Amino acid sequence: MGGKIPYIALTEGEVREMLREIGVKDVDELYSDIPSKYLLEKFDFPPPRSEMEVKELIEEILSKNRHMGELKLFIGGGAWPHYIPSAVKEIVSRSEFFTSYTPYQPEASQGILQALFEYQSLLAELLEIDVVNASMYDWATALGEAFRMAARVTRRRRILYPHYISPQRREVASTYSSGMGLRLEDYMQLEDGFVDLEDLKGRLDRDVAAIYIEYPSYLGFIAKNIKAVGELAHEVGALFIVGVDPTALGVFEAPGRLGADIVVGEGQPLGLPMSFGGPLLGILGCKLEPRLLHSLPGRLIGMTKTLRGDERAYCMILQSREQHIKRERATSNICTNQALCAVAVATYLSLLGRDGVVELGRQILARTNYMIRKLSEVSGVKAPLFDAPHFKEFAYKVDGHPSHKLLRKLLGKGIVGGIDLSREFDELGNSILTCVTEIHLKQDIDQYVNIVKEVVEG
Amino acid sequence: MRFRQARFEEPLIFELSRPGAHGFEFPKLEPELERSLEEALNEIPEELRREDLNLPELSELDVVRHFTRLSEMNYSITTGMYPLGSCTMKYNPVLNEEVALSPKVLDIHPLQPEETVQGCLKLLYDLEQLLKKLTGMDRFSFQPSAGAHGEFLGCLIIREYHRSKGRNRRVMIVPDSAHGTNPASAAMAGFEVRVVRSNEYGCVDVEELEKMVDEDVAGIMLTNPNTLGIFEKDIEKIVELIHGVDGLLYYDGANLNALLGKVRPGDMGFDIIHLNLHKTFSTPHGGGGPGSGPIGVVEKLVDFLPPPLVEYDEESGRYYLDYDKPRSVGRVKMFHGNFSVLVKTYAYLLRMGGDGLRRVAETSVLASNYLLRKVEKLRGVSLPFDPKRPRKHEFVVSLKPLYKETGVRAIDVAKRLLDHGYHAPTIYFPLIVDEAFMVEPTETESKREIDGFYEALKNVLDEAYRDPEKVKNAPYNMAVGRVDEVRASRPKTMIPSWKVYRRMRG
Repeated sequence: MGGKIPYIALTEGEVREMLREIGVKDVDELYSDIPSKYLLEKFDFPPPRSEMEVKELIEEILSKNRHMGELKLFIGGGAWPHYIPSAVKEIVSRSEFFTSYTPYQPEASQGILQALFEYQSLLAELLEIDVVNASMYDWATALGEAFRMAARVTRRRRILYPHYISPQRREVASTYSSGMGLRLEDYMQLEDGFVDLEDLKGRLDRDVAAIYIEYPSYLGFIAKNIKAVGELAHEVGALFIVGVDPTALGVFEAPGRLGADIVVGEGQPLGLPMSFGGPLLGILGCKLEPRLLHSLPGRLIGMTKTLRGDERAYCMILQSREQHIKRERATSNICTNQALCAVAVATYLSLLGRDGVVELGRQILARTNYMIRKLSEVSGVKAPLFDAPHFKEFAYKVDGHPSHKLLRKLLGKGIVGGIDLSREFDELGNSILTCVTEIHLKQDIDQYVNIVKEVVEG
Repeated sequence: MRFRQARFEEPLIFELSRPGAHGFEFPKLEPELERSLEEALNEIPEELRREDLNLPELSELDVVRHFTRLSEMNYSITTGMYPLGSCTMKYNPVLNEEVALSPKVLDIHPLQPEETVQGCLKLLYDLEQLLKKLTGMDRFSFQPSAGAHGEFLGCLIIREYHRSKGRNRRVMIVPDSAHGTNPASAAMAGFEVRVVRSNEYGCVDVEELEKMVDEDVAGIMLTNPNTLGIFEKDIEKIVELIHGVDGLLYYDGANLNALLGKVRPGDMGFDIIHLNLHKTFSTPHGGGGPGSGPIGVVEKLVDFLPPPLVEYDEESGRYYLDYDKPRSVGRVKMFHGNFSVLVKTYAYLLRMGGDGLRRVAETSVLASNYLLRKVEKLRGVSLPFDPKRPRKHEFVVSLKPLYKETGVRAIDVAKRLLDHGYHAPTIYFPLIVDEAFMVEPTETESKREIDGFYEALKNVLDEAYRDPEKVKNAPYNMAVGRVDEVRASRPKTMIPSWKVYRRMRG
């Protein structure tokens, strides 16, 4: 059984020696306890390939993709095109990080533990919330876990969420909530981006576990009365959950200062590639209140000391919440998370630092506003659909022109123009959710607008 | 072997901050964009404007050096052997990393028009065909990001299957040797967990199971070989019992390494399976993630999978996404799963091929039994459950004799092994073995490494009899000495962030 099989370490001589040590004549004997009816005589699977062949084959398959270098991507909605500094790529390609396991032996794993503690701490500063866990799978699963957490903490069953939310994110949160029998209900958002407080009040009672809001919303607008929403939640003893795109927080006030008890969000824009949608990075944090902390899912890293001295050290904390200790009574089943993505984000935030994160927000805000203004100058175009401050994304509509046709036209010119909202929200009609970030050049935006103009003017 | 891990007194990134330092700059905004910015800033109500932001300020070198130093204080597969039972810490081939770093993987948006992502879709389609061959399942969903995530989805599908038949089955059976994620996932999906004991052979006690199985039982979650590294000898009977009440069998794929190309879960009668691509299929663990835990199901459960599934239209020669899944249990994640991890898996499967995968299984089982034969003879070690029976890719011994005779525990042995340059095995799991010590060498370690681990363990055990205190106070050669984990979680001394630390310090 030796031979040239890649990555298998044993030589034929070693195999013979080891079989002798065990006292069996061949490896089949080690499978002799398995009923023979289950053992495959012949395994129907392609033959091995050399490294060169594999690389060629995969490159050939991938060549059918058109990526960000070939297309201009004006599309977000859960994963967004951003610039990733070279230093971030350098750090996450260190095999000491990426080939390590979960740090169950803290003495051997101080590196990743400290990096994850720094991720938690950097996010805590950015969000102005006390505690952020070491990562969830993505924003959507973090949201689902936040709903469950709110229901556990309050012992209530109803969750109120905004009408304009990513349909995929809503579906994931709903799947997560189904096992607990939670009732998810949406509330209205007005044309100026405000939450309809009267509508919301009408839905409130003592069975509401949480009110959730996104900031900015799925459609990119900011609800100016977000604080009032949090106050309403607290009036009935419900928790206030805020979902964020963290790139907005160099310019917009932190969710922790707006009254959030739990914060969720997507970390991908902070130094992670889009990778056709994954890995992403779910942000989940909360205030330092025992009832919240002990119900928080996911791994958490803490700073401590060594037993023998006063050396600073790091390790996983509050593991008694987790599945390997609590089993069916755990706060969540999550085990493997997105640790390496969190290291990337820690590196990204460290590089940008205070001024860089503010500048990132300003760069995106400037381009968003520029694109909105340019589009709105085209006659027949309503941009944005909501009369509110926008960040990174906004919805617009072209009178008499179906969105899918416009998107095809843009694609013909090498532009992915956004998400066709007519498939997601009937009442918005023929509208498109478009996205603009620090990577978009002024001339790219101008080109986009000119194509829209050509379409409108026929 | 003498081993010394790097040891830096590396401050926190916040403590390294140098006001005014910059690690990255953006291009300057054009005047017209500047004007847009001013306009936009004016639109933001005052109470929603960010005034202060407490992030550190550093140069690029400050940051690169800091994280590089941290990486040097981190044990990894490329540093040394990682015989962590149930975790399958095999080598992560660098080819996989390289192909997954292509901009044609990384710089693709998940909602791009299908015609621009034909490569992604073909890769997913082809990968699914390979996994079907390997497991005997009929369809896969790549959405789950981890094993536990797949379990949760699998449990939801089990629930939905019974609902579709107009019944509400409340109970999920889980063995006492199961991974903690199994009962946790079942509970998350709304099941009540019933635990079935292991018998003296370390296998599910079929007599007890028989008494448990009734019309309330939705299914059973099994790992096979189980967490003791033992193949469930009564699997045929178990399948018969569960299917007898139209229950479903869920296969936890954490231990599939032992069976690759040898036995298919589908042929054993399992209905749902998850795979840990970050274990069995060589993709890296990333210090805890990202992983990938796709689930495969048999034909009668395909309708319950979350949308979308990748399909191929022969006429046009195009791959497409089918979102029309009205009976689905719903999505469990945005988009299409951890795609770049799937690319690495695909590269691995292509490279190994059928012959390679069989060799993986056989070699991992050979290595494990070889090491066990040597380890079980060591003083202080006992081998619970049917010692004559071959183990599969991993084995569990007990260090209870050592504890009784010296007061040295499994955790102490684990820490002392670190000093010899070997990562510790999994300890205190499974819960049914006292002072459990669970070892999985994997197929990628050479005989020299395996023997080296054995020598180190022998050395530590000898030392425990000679000088127990020395072992109890280990490690000595790592970045830090033994960490006070109790203090770390005590409410008064717990520090979960820099923010909390500053507040505590006043």
